[in-house]
Amino acid sequence: MFTRSSALAVAISLVAGSVSGAPQVQLEDPFSSGMWDYHQEALLGDPAKIRFDDRVRVIAPDTAEDAFNVPLLVDATALSDVEEIVISVDYGPIPKILSFFPGDAEPKLALRFKIDQATAIRASVRTRTDGWHVGGTLIDAAGGGCTAPALAYASDDWEEKLGEMHGRLWRSSGRARVIVDHPMDTGLADGIPVFIIRDLTFSTDDGHEVARIALSEPVNEDPAFTLYFDPETMPSLLHVRGRDNNGNEIEGILTDEEVN
Amino acid sequence: MTTRRAALGLLAGGVAHVAQTSPLWAEARHSYDLRPVPILSGVWMIEGATEYFSRDNGGAIVNCAILQGKSGLILIDSGSSRRYGEALNLALRKLDLRGVSTVINTHHHPDHYFGNQVFADKPILALADTIAAARTEQDGFSDNMYRLLGDWMRGTEPVPPSVEIGTGDIVVDGRRLTALPLGGHTASDLALIDAETGLLITGDLVFLDRAPTTPHADLERWQDALTTLAAVQAPAVLPGHGPLDRAGIAIRQTSAYLTWLNDRLVAAAGMGLDMIEIMESPLPDQFASMGAQPQEFHRSISHLYPEIERMILPRAN
Repeated sequence: MFTRSSALAVAISLVAGSVSGAPQVQLEDPFSSGMWDYHQEALLGDPAKIRFDDRVRVIAPDTAEDAFNVPLLVDATALSDVEEIVISVDYGPIPKILSFFPGDAEPKLALRFKIDQATAIRASVRTRTDGWHVGGTLIDAAGGGCTAPALAYASDDWEEKLGEMHGRLWRSSGRARVIVDHPMDTGLADGIPVFIIRDLTFSTDDGHEVARIALSEPVNEDPAFTLYFDPETMPSLLHVRGRDNNGNEIEGILTDEEVN
Repeated sequence: MTTRRAALGLLAGGVAHVAQTSPLWAEARHSYDLRPVPILSGVWMIEGATEYFSRDNGGAIVNCAILQGKSGLILIDSGSSRRYGEALNLALRKLDLRGVSTVINTHHHPDHYFGNQVFADKPILALADTIAAARTEQDGFSDNMYRLLGDWMRGTEPVPPSVEIGTGDIVVDGRRLTALPLGGHTASDLALIDAETGLLITGDLVFLDRAPTTPHADLERWQDALTTLAAVQAPAVLPGHGPLDRAGIAIRQTSAYLTWLNDRLVAAAGMGLDMIEIMESPLPDQFASMGAQPQEFHRSISHLYPEIERMILPRAN
């Protein structure tokens, strides 16, 4: 029988393209937030091996005080052989925040992002041999962070600061912190096209890639990241290179000195 | 005849009778229990809870000062909602049948002026920059207050102050005051000294046993304002949040907290910590016991850390 709900299902599958609405592994979402199945297929490509896993720690404040700068710490150091961490929100106009490829760094990342409404936030961790492990938490928010223009435009010198980088290494604690000036426009504010950093790569002096971050629109204005390393094997210097979607090159060097 | 209503009654069983007369989901009307306490000659205060906004406290977290004027009462800060203003109006008519003659807002934060609506026909005084800021930010504040307080906010519409207050020695409804135009908690904070009693009314430049809030703070300017207030050597200080201070501790406590907060964030930036890592670190005992902790410390990290970090971290290109 052709029912209204099956008609609806047809309509939805037409809109969503390859997403069928039923992933091949059906998980019991601890947050019951309603969108996870969809993201499991659309963001992660409907993997055959996936589970929710408390060992993936996602730490955020209960409430977003500043919708433009919600701090988040993702820690998957309890897992081994991590190749990729996809950080995403269930509810928001653009679900994906970034992909982190830890490489030689620890599978742990501190970041800030723009939130549009109260939502579950997830870190999906892909390991080399053991599929995907998903952790998450809930954040309450007044919202609006994704659909407002960047604050940078309140000052008239933002273009001069574009790509300006602050940061350094702390070898004793195995940290690398970097902040890059960039409006990170989502394209959702009226009349302002998407303008974002696409990727940031961390490499040693001899060109060896240590870690990489692929950014999406919800990363905060002036992206700020901490990467974590084993202090024993941490490089003494890191080149940070990146590019935005307008072709602007970003380049800087992090060292273990208080003043460059 | 089996009606849908009867069927529902069968399903609901024992509670059906109650359900038909008064719906189970109806909440009692929220009401504020505001009690003006006499503190000095011709001066009363209403003391707010030393908490953050919640649906339990209805946003009644602010201190209001009430001074006896010539034609009625001078109300300093009007609370968080229309309903709060109504409760104030009722309570204050028991002190003076003529009720409120004049309202003064110390600054533009919503817990200090969203009761103005009830007194919209009276002069509502504030510093010029406070009036401007209240106009600019009223919609955002209103959205957030409805979200935080729900039904407590019913019918509330922000009414920004409308009359610019004079500064220095002024007379308001026959009462002599000294108006100090300061800033630091927000861009524009008003402190008042009551000439008759010497009482210093600080707005949110001073907190006591309740964590200071920093969404619009300029810490350096705030410390300068505290130095100015300490020099007044007032016999009693009425802080924006927390109990009346007759022992001269509130200004020092606020200053000590702000100094610690700044030092903590500067040190964290020097160690490369992210905001979450700072939030996870414990507060020292003397500040952990303040009201609204650790929420306010966590909020302050969001307000202040990005800028502090930019100053501390070296350029990398």
